[in-house]
Amino acid sequence: MFQIRDLRHAYDGADVLQIRDWLAEQGEHWLVLGPSGSGKTTLLHILAGILKPSFGDVLVSGQRLTRMKARELDRFRGRHVGIVLQQLHLVDSLTVRDNVAIAQYFSRVERNAGRVNEVLADLGLADRADAFPHELSFGQQQRVAVARAVVNRPTLLLADEPTSNLDDERCAQTLDLLETQAKACRATLVIATHDQRIHSRFGNQYVLPRRQ
Amino acid sequence: MTLARISFAYLRKRRSSTLLNVVLLAFAVGAVTLLLLTGSQLEERIRRDAHGIDLVVGAKGSETQLILAAVYALDDPGGSMSWSEAQEIAAHRGVRRAIPLAFGDHYFGFRIVGTSHDYVALHGARLARGRLWGKPLEAVVGADVALRLRPEIGSTFEPVHAVTGASGIAHPEHDYRIVGVLERTGSVLDGLILTGLESYWTLHPAKPRPDEYGLIAEPPADPRTVNALLLQYDVSHVAREVPYVVAAYPHLQAASPAEHSARMHGILAISTDLIRIFAVVLIASAVLSMFIALYGSLSERRYDLAVMRTLGATRERIMGLLLFEGFVLAFAGALLGLALGHALTSVLGLALHQAEQVSVTGMRWHPGEPLIVLATLLLGTITALLPAWRAHEVDIAATLARG
Repeated sequence: MFQIRDLRHAYDGADVLQIRDWLAEQGEHWLVLGPSGSGKTTLLHILAGILKPSFGDVLVSGQRLTRMKARELDRFRGRHVGIVLQQLHLVDSLTVRDNVAIAQYFSRVERNAGRVNEVLADLGLADRADAFPHELSFGQQQRVAVARAVVNRPTLLLADEPTSNLDDERCAQTLDLLETQAKACRATLVIATHDQRIHSRFGNQYVLPRRQ
Repeated sequence: MTLARISFAYLRKRRSSTLLNVVLLAFAVGAVTLLLLTGSQLEERIRRDAHGIDLVVGAKGSETQLILAAVYALDDPGGSMSWSEAQEIAAHRGVRRAIPLAFGDHYFGFRIVGTSHDYVALHGARLARGRLWGKPLEAVVGADVALRLRPEIGSTFEPVHAVTGASGIAHPEHDYRIVGVLERTGSVLDGLILTGLESYWTLHPAKPRPDEYGLIAEPPADPRTVNALLLQYDVSHVAREVPYVVAAYPHLQAASPAEHSARMHGILAISTDLIRIFAVVLIASAVLSMFIALYGSLSERRYDLAVMRTLGATRERIMGLLLFEGFVLAFAGALLGLALGHALTSVLGLALHQAEQVSVTGMRWHPGEPLIVLATLLLGTITALLPAWRAHEVDIAATLARG
């Protein structure tokens, strides 16, 4: 679960994000909706603990991110948060397997090759484990990014615009994938999107207003 | 998964840049190694050849030429003195040991030196085979001569009268017989063929010496001559008189190898300075290239580094990643450079060996080499410091928001 209270984030003196109160229970799947520039990415960054909000409180799994020191935040992020970025940003010098394994390494979770293989198999990447990202299709790359996000069994899984630039079929597949993986970890899932096609799919929605 | 594996994967992906940096660094380290090895070996040689020689006496002329000829066998003798004069000087109370040297003949480019057994003792040489010379025209060869000519004990050779150069006048009627081979000493002896003074006197009956006007004076009283006399002082204070004793002979001069070693080093220093400047330029370009590579890679890798941060990597680990890459480049460059330095020294040694009686080898280690490796590693790590710090300071949210 997570809770946000009286959150405000300003950038260059102008508010880019404002949330009065938002509570999500553990395991719920949420959609954050809003046009571009409404602060969706900023919100995800704050939930992931890579950005400190100007004001307000953020609690994730009972931990107050806004009070954590930088190193505690790194540790927390590594263990409890999985994030699928809009630009996938796979590490191109590493193989698919190592792209997933670095999540274990950097979070200092116990190294577990079995878990890496399990996730890769689960996402249909078992036979591509030794390939490099540039050798994969976009769909495969996206699955590697998901594998990297879920390998540590996060309690909070974040995805930033995962369906933009995908056709309808791929769009549905990607959402299935995220939901399945989130369920498997019992993670709270938050998908930030401006994709009109997927509104109807989620009951839990948080809408960010357009900003000037 | 380790930091090293991530670093290596990246260096492998950028192999041309990695190779360029390692090779540049290897050139720099190689030049420094070459400098260290040749410099130390030549200096050691200069020191060893002059060891135990307090004064060199010879015919008046250039002191440097006298030292080069008598101590290092690198120059032609400027003139000669009579054996009786040499004996007078040798008999002085301040002289403990006097070693006469007579040159002029050579064989296959190796100098034949007429001397006494003391010369062998001065350089601490031992016989590998055979015995020292006794009768005239018996010869003992140094280790390099033996290596090149592979003479049998008892074999004979025909000397050529001329100090350097391929042509000379043969002495067909007087062949030398080899009676012994010396062990390697690492000194001037290795490249010499030694014989008794009597051999020289047999081959070179003295001609009347022209005086300063070029007129031929009376035939000399003593037809036996030597070219130089190496003196070892007695410990007593009387030794200080010896140069004055020599000065009393108008056509003789005395030179101290110790005083001239500074000049010898000066000659070396010009060439070593050149290599040193070269090495500094190489080091500077290697460091610059490495800095540009590491610093330039930051913009290309900013997403990689930011993503690693989102996966829980601390700032320190990201910094460590870049420092490690600098370290790896430096390590590879240092090792390759040492190998290159030794190879270059070997090649130089081979070239010098053909031309001069100077031996340099790449097969020996210098105690300064671990220091070179250490300094290179330090330099590599320092070069990576600024890029590493920039990576440390990366704002993840801003970086990811941009892309």
